[in-house]
Amino acid sequence: MASNNYYDPADLRKFGKITEWSEELGNKFFDYYGKVFEEGALTAREKALIALAVAHTEQCPYCIDAYTKDTLQRGVTKEQMMEAIHVGAAIKSGATLVHGTMMMNKVNKLEM
Amino acid sequence: MIKEKKKKQQSLQKRDAELANAKRQVEILSNGIFANGELPTFAQKIKETNQLPLRPKKLEILQINVGYMCNQVCEHCHVDAGPDRQEIMTWETMEQCLEVIKNTGAHTLDLTGGAPEMNPHFRRFVEEASKAGIKDFIVRSNLTIIRANKKYYDLPDFFKKHNIHVVSSMPHWTRGKTDKQRGEGVFDLSIKALQELNERGYGMPDSGLRLDLVYNPNGAYLPGDQASMEKEMKAALLEDFDIRFHNLFAITNLPIARFLDYLIASENYEDYMYQLVEAYNPAAVSNVMCTNSISISWDGFLYDCDFNQMLKLPVASKVKHINDYNEDLLNDRNIMISQHCYGCTAGAGSSCQGTVVD
Repeated sequence: MASNNYYDPADLRKFGKITEWSEELGNKFFDYYGKVFEEGALTAREKALIALAVAHTEQCPYCIDAYTKDTLQRGVTKEQMMEAIHVGAAIKSGATLVHGTMMMNKVNKLEM
Repeated sequence: MIKEKKKKQQSLQKRDAELANAKRQVEILSNGIFANGELPTFAQKIKETNQLPLRPKKLEILQINVGYMCNQVCEHCHVDAGPDRQEIMTWETMEQCLEVIKNTGAHTLDLTGGAPEMNPHFRRFVEEASKAGIKDFIVRSNLTIIRANKKYYDLPDFFKKHNIHVVSSMPHWTRGKTDKQRGEGVFDLSIKALQELNERGYGMPDSGLRLDLVYNPNGAYLPGDQASMEKEMKAALLEDFDIRFHNLFAITNLPIARFLDYLIASENYEDYMYQLVEAYNPAAVSNVMCTNSISISWDGFLYDCDFNQMLKLPVASKVKHINDYNEDLLNDRNIMISQHCYGCTAGAGSSCQGTVVD
């Protein structure tokens, strides 16, 4: 059933179904995804916090929903979650501003 | 705001709330998304792996609920315990329990509540029960009771004298999260109580005086990995307060009583049930606590677990009350199940002893 909204929270539960229309690629993706979040050189908790920050910079409502819950489950505090998002926001705004040097270079080249 | 605060200090029963009624709770758990086929019932789910009917294994744990009175009114409490609850086990019922304890094949005795220490016969019962030679004698202490009143100040010494295994709730290593769930000031009192237990040797490395903590989530989400949470909690309590403990048990909140009330009021109920069903782990089914324990209520009735006790789902056995206790007869029964059981089979599983699969 198509909903009247572009985003529907219930669609997050259907994520696994993407394999139905392309089984091999879908399974490869989920295998990779699962592996990425396993405990490794980084803890699963550290990875979840990175995912939470990236979910915000990507502005993905599904990811924000999923990783807010995931970090809560891992005992992450609200303060830690907000700090992670600020890291994402800082990189986003820094990435915008650092391009200002391109603009400055161009202006300096064009102006007499 | 004041009215809201007062409400939070009373049990559902005192407030005469709809969910104080166990039958109503079972109806909610059986209707809606489980009745319209959106989600499979627990019975349908365990049938997929041929685990229906769910049957007990060898009895290992006798869990006795000595009363629903508690000095705290935690938001997530499945017992709906609080200072206003009057259900308290009498000495007469305790004597019947002592007879059972003397003859049981179970190796663990687990006293719970409410705050079990608030039962006026608590100490006499512990003294008598500890003579029965049970291997592991657990008291589920909420910690703050130790600092609640002068008459409880000596509890750490009392526990030590009877070699009690203390299992205590400590939902988080930060004040904010703990107090939000368990009430203002709970964190500081709990820290003080833990320090006192540590002073008696409880929770110290290599100490035989066992001190375990219980973590349960502070809202509509499941607990994270038990081993990682234990590592975090140990590091934080040691660094901030010089506190040590043995194990952390991560317990899933079951949709019963006040937690069910919260889920419905916050419009999280359906999402939470989805989470539980999605996290269903068939491997956890064979180790859920109802398969190796019996729960005895304050009035001597028998249940498959403390959760079934609160939902008033008695054992499906001829033996219904401690008066007629017969372990062999009792062990030949089908375990009563409903949708709350998904709480014990989610992820690595959940029991009063934490996760049930490695």
